[in-house]
Amino acid sequence: MTTLTLAKALNEGMRKAMEDDPKVLVMGEDVGKLGGVFRVTDGLQKDFGEERVIDTPLAESGIVGTAIGLALRGYRPVCEIQFDGFVFPAADQIITQLAKMPLRSLGALKLPVVVRIPCGGGIGAVEHHSESPEAYFTHTAGLRVVACSNPADAYAMIQQAIRCDDPVIFFEPKRRYWEKAEVDTAAAEEWFPLDRARVVRPGTDVTLLAYGPMVKTCLEAAAAAEEDGRSLEIVDLRSLNPLDTAAIAESVRRTGRCVVVHEAPVFGGFGAELAARITEECFYSLEAPVLRVGGPSTPYPPSRLEEHYLPDLDRVLDAVDRAFTF
Amino acid sequence: MTADASRGAQAPPELVQLLTPEGERVEHPDYDIDLTPEEIRALYRDLVLVRRVDLEAVALQRQGELGIWASLLGQEAAQIGSGRALTDADMAFPTYREHGVAWCRGVDPVNLLGLFRGVNHGGWDPAEHNFHLYTIVIGSQTLHAVGYAMGIQRDGAVGENGAATIVYFGDGATSQGDVNESFIWASVFNAPVVFFCQNNQWAISEPLEKQSRIPLYRRASGFGFPGVRVDGNDVFACLAVTRKALTDARSGQGPVLIEAFTYRMGAHTTSDDPTRYRVQDELEAWKLKDPIERVRAYLFKNQLADQAFFDEVDAEADELGRDVRKRCLEMPDPEPLAIFDHVYTEPHRLMDEERAAFASYLSGFETEEGGR
Ligand SMILES: Cc1ncc(C[n+]2csc(CCOP(=O)(O)OP(=O)(O)O)c2C)c(N)n1
Ligand SMILES: [Mg+2]
Repeated sequence: MTTLTLAKALNEGMRKAMEDDPKVLVMGEDVGKLGGVFRVTDGLQKDFGEERVIDTPLAESGIVGTAIGLALRGYRPVCEIQFDGFVFPAADQIITQLAKMPLRSLGALKLPVVVRIPCGGGIGAVEHHSESPEAYFTHTAGLRVVACSNPADAYAMIQQAIRCDDPVIFFEPKRRYWEKAEVDTAAAEEWFPLDRARVVRPGTDVTLLAYGPMVKTCLEAAAAAEEDGRSLEIVDLRSLNPLDTAAIAESVRRTGRCVVVHEAPVFGGFGAELAARITEECFYSLEAPVLRVGGPSTPYPPSRLEEHYLPDLDRVLDAVDRAFTF
Repeated sequence: MTADASRGAQAPPELVQLLTPEGERVEHPDYDIDLTPEEIRALYRDLVLVRRVDLEAVALQRQGELGIWASLLGQEAAQIGSGRALTDADMAFPTYREHGVAWCRGVDPVNLLGLFRGVNHGGWDPAEHNFHLYTIVIGSQTLHAVGYAMGIQRDGAVGENGAATIVYFGDGATSQGDVNESFIWASVFNAPVVFFCQNNQWAISEPLEKQSRIPLYRRASGFGFPGVRVDGNDVFACLAVTRKALTDARSGQGPVLIEAFTYRMGAHTTSDDPTRYRVQDELEAWKLKDPIERVRAYLFKNQLADQAFFDEVDAEADELGRDVRKRCLEMPDPEPLAIFDHVYTEPHRLMDEERAAFASYLSGFETEEGGR
């Protein structure tokens, strides 16, 4: 066991993957000497060289497009998109090519490309640096979409994503990069499956579904609710596509109430898929409609307003209260 | 596998320069400029004032008053020279670093701070100053500038009283698809647009070699329009070259790419730590090419300004710095419900619903507090 920040856990995970498999490459803007703007790739170029850790020209479509070509040639590229808001120049390559090429080849081709995206707000940044674009990608068949929420998962999940033969969109909660926790770097064979949700806090009254940065917020809300005598169960989805519907349904059937929490706008957000599925799967167990907590359906606001935009403990607890009014 | 650096490199490109780093006037066969002493003093004043605003903004960031700041330090001449070449009718499209161009367009420096302070996403009306909003997504604005230029063309605004657009972008931006598409559009439609690339040698931590194996200005020829490299630290040359390019564009001769060869003297932004990727020597070498010092030397040597003038400008700069600081601190935080403003131009049901729901949620806190 070692104590690592989430950023360092990702770094160690990539390092391990690069040691295990010489075909693993890291590529993106400023990932070399600088180690990425969040230092997630710190030291990798020094240790693995410029051929495996590639400072690319400033073009996201180029990053993902050439990663596809490298994958066709047998490499396993891990692309870094510098900030969530800058993935869109690569959207064409991701959606029209990366997601669909394996299918078009009738399974002859595989594209083990990982696209890492620091996501979410809360760091006081200017526009395009705080977004949660997951729903664009969960809506694109052919992509696996995952989000880590803590250092231990970050360490394992990045390695699992790299080993996965499907393309994986890998969301990293940027405001949690500096949070520390114990990571068991030796327990490689005991990894929790990449496509499974996990109950991170058991409870009996309400199920809270969250992923990425909002898991911690929900855990805080659960601690506060406990003082008021309410027991919240937190499920960290980890994988958004595929979704672990069985684990979610099992929890909601027990509690009878469900609140979905994400930073992205509620309207047309990933929470809508969750609410619909739970309604279909658990209709007779529900004591209240599935409630959604998320950002307003507006662009991410200037940073001085982000505390109002981002779901916080109060907004989560407010929804929990409402779940008891039906 | 690292590419051979000599491949594609040819004789050192010609750099248009009219004022040496030592403050000597030099001739160039294709570009010249005739400036009155008063005009030169005005350029000097511009350079000093924008540097002062920039320094104040860096200080404000350090003190937590701005979330981040992208400094123009070292790029003053490129921005003032090109900015002063514009007529009122011309339209400028900036990145996030064009504080000097904003100054030339008459944008109140305090309005630039809003985005960096986090109180808005851009605090001015682009039409008021013919200066578009800052664009953070690298390269996007180049296409907007070309489209705008196509509009100018369709309006028939050509010739002496016509208009052109100028679009700013960095060396790193030249790799973006959008920028290359904008070159194609401008060329195919012969649009009245000047591409002004400030090659400050760095895109965050990546040196120019990561973006291009040929001098950037030479990219233009492949797209079918002229490219020119100008000493970006020479305000005379930047003014002369941009003025000519704009005149050509206005008179229907199509686009020009100007590569202003300069240097980013500061960090990429206040969040960046350049000691991780570049050496101090490089900085020292560029210090000797300072854009302000050479104008000062020229004015002094040619007795076009006396000490009193320089003192006056410094005093004005200090006053401006104080004023910018004061008004920055006074900038109010927006109201929470402002999140829902201006998302749509026409009435929008969902915005109304969410605004009302959020207002009622917020008022719940007020009653709670009032009840205590
Ligand atoms: C599409 C996009 N990708 C990445 C970024 C992050 N980013 C901000 S500035 C920058 C470097 C820009 O370099 P350059 O074009 O040379 O302009 P400079 O900052 O040097 O003025 C990068 C990569 C961004 N803003 N937009
Ligand atoms: Mg640059």
